[in-house]
Amino acid sequence: MYKYDDYDQQLVDERIEQFRDQVNRRLSGELSEEEFRPLRLMNGVYLQLHAYMLRVAIPYGTMNSAQMRQFAYIARNYDKGYGHFTTRQNIQFNWPKLVDLPDILTELSKVQMHAIQTSGNCIRNTTTDQYAGASFDELEDPRPWCEIIRQWSTMHPEFTYLPRKFKMAVTGAPNDRAAVAIHDIGLRIRRDEQGELGFEVMVGGGLGRTPMIGKTICEFLPKEDLLSYLEAILRVYNQFGRRDNKYKARIKILVHEIGAEKFAELVEKEWEEIRDSALHLPAEEIEEISAHFTPPPFDVLPALSSSFSEKVGQDEKFAYWVQNNVREHKQQGYAIVNISLKPIGGIPGDISHAQMDVVADLADQFSFGEIRSTHEQNLVLAHVKRDDLYAVWLKLDEYGLATPNSGLITDLIACPGLDYCALANSRSIPLAQRISERFGELDRQHEIGKVQVKISGCINACTHHHVGHIGILGVDKKGQEFYQITLGGRADENAKIGKIVGAGLSTDEVVDAVETLINTYLGLRESKEETFLDAFNRVGETPFKEALYGAR
Amino acid sequence: MTKQVITANRLDDGLAVFFDTHANWSASITEAAVVEKGEEADTLLATASNADNQLIVVGPYLIDVDQQGGKITPVRYREQIRTLGPSVRPDLGYQAK
Ligand code: HEM
Ligand code: SF4
Repeated sequence: MYKYDDYDQQLVDERIEQFRDQVNRRLSGELSEEEFRPLRLMNGVYLQLHAYMLRVAIPYGTMNSAQMRQFAYIARNYDKGYGHFTTRQNIQFNWPKLVDLPDILTELSKVQMHAIQTSGNCIRNTTTDQYAGASFDELEDPRPWCEIIRQWSTMHPEFTYLPRKFKMAVTGAPNDRAAVAIHDIGLRIRRDEQGELGFEVMVGGGLGRTPMIGKTICEFLPKEDLLSYLEAILRVYNQFGRRDNKYKARIKILVHEIGAEKFAELVEKEWEEIRDSALHLPAEEIEEISAHFTPPPFDVLPALSSSFSEKVGQDEKFAYWVQNNVREHKQQGYAIVNISLKPIGGIPGDISHAQMDVVADLADQFSFGEIRSTHEQNLVLAHVKRDDLYAVWLKLDEYGLATPNSGLITDLIACPGLDYCALANSRSIPLAQRISERFGELDRQHEIGKVQVKISGCINACTHHHVGHIGILGVDKKGQEFYQITLGGRADENAKIGKIVGAGLSTDEVVDAVETLINTYLGLRESKEETFLDAFNRVGETPFKEALYGAR
Repeated sequence: MTKQVITANRLDDGLAVFFDTHANWSASITEAAVVEKGEEADTLLATASNADNQLIVVGPYLIDVDQQGGKITPVRYREQIRTLGPSVRPDLGYQAK
């Protein structure tokens, strides 16, 4: 993992003291709320319905056990005993007091964490594949690149006041688990004909009011040119992005309005000027950063573990969990463990301080002290010996962290919605809970197979509902909570925006509607292997629409 | 005849609060000063937003309420949630007490 150098630490510590001073000046009246608000937002402090909210950045979703324990400590001592993992791989605390926030940030800085650039019109935390460095389909670990981007973009003087927020994602594997196509910039590591590794660069993805899939403006960018090319994109955006209208300010609108080709031309022109500047990345520098992400000291293990096979044979519950939540690892004898934060009927992404501590302990004991957060609001232990899986499972199960539903219908993604969020139209969490309960029975989930349900409480689309296989958007209809369903979206390497199927549904109708959709799928699929999404793509929306609304 | 009360979030801890009949901020909507929408409400909002109050709360605004007997209930569901706490965590927020 990357470790702060003295410069990083000093920078973070100075920011906290600055913020402490700003909080004091707000409390004493020296700063008005108008003056203070942008300052607190720059430090990740929002004001929500019930309280302040602190968003802490987890760079590219990788954290160590000490950091996780510190989250537990903060949850216990400054919050109400829990935290919430988000689709941007970050963590949010829902109840911090403003007067405590400088101290909370100090606690975070002790474990090299902060909340800088988790809000505002700047470059946000770069997200990536939660299986980075562990998955067998990966061409290269994307995290050194995320770190290079982090260092370049942190407090970048030119890009602190962009027209709007800016989000990037990187995948190192052809199977895109980082949803790169719906980010302002999506980077996909790939090989050229000579076998060299570089980046495919996509721009202008994003959801919200105007959902768009990113467009490739460079098929293959040599690695050493990454920063100069990104800088060129940001410069073009900074210059031409619309500042007159908040809803048209994201880069997706610019790319859409002038066209990807024209946009690419502008970038090329800008790039030519700076390509050989200080932004050019020498191989030594790339290596230096990569050294922080070398594979952990794996043991040499046999391909088969007899103790593991034995346990799978003996314990059906364990076997189910292995089948659903454990993935292949590139290192023989190891496995990737998905920790579900989606207990049946629970709150997606929420985790108690006790659970955080347990995950930290398990990471220390069994996974080189490292933990990942996922954009599906779950956690991952990336490097667990197959021999240790049973022990890990026992502990997870004891703490309610072993729900065997990774990728299944109850692995729902939901935003805080109207239960917490000041921008919400409708609640998301209760709907997620009801769907989870409706489909909670394990055999039924298995029968249904892989399907992603994503629920946003308003059009900001924080859960990426547009690209959920089943997307649900909360709307306000004359003061009532209503839900609009989209179908057929996907966030993977074949990303696509889902289609709205029809009129909004009431709170009472919407869970039944999801069940109707699922039953329709079960009735028309050609085999068990045909997933919901495959079936939808084969037959189109009509059968689903008819099932929901009748043949009108 | 629309009834209104003034709500805001308290500056130091962010909790939802309501402007009461003694021109203080209360954690309970039952103590809120209920006023008639229009001039009366606007006058009270001006007081609730003055410099002194800016040191106590953030962003005072008017909300519509129903008043029945001694009970004051916000009309919008969003505001009802603010008077109670997250609907999914009955153990948290004002409803927990
Ligand atoms: C609770 C306080 C939150 C506030 C005030 C908030 C606000 C917003 C706003 C205004 C946007 C739209 C930006 C735009 O299109 O220009 C947005 C987008 C987004 N938010 Fe949030 N959000 C919150 C919580 C969350 C949470 C909990 C998550 C993760 C579960 C999240 C993840 C995202 C993502 C991924 C997007 C980008 C969607 C896109 O591509 O357009 N946010 N948020
Ligand atoms: S989608 Fe809307 S309701 Fe949900 S967290 Fe984002 S801004 Fe809030």
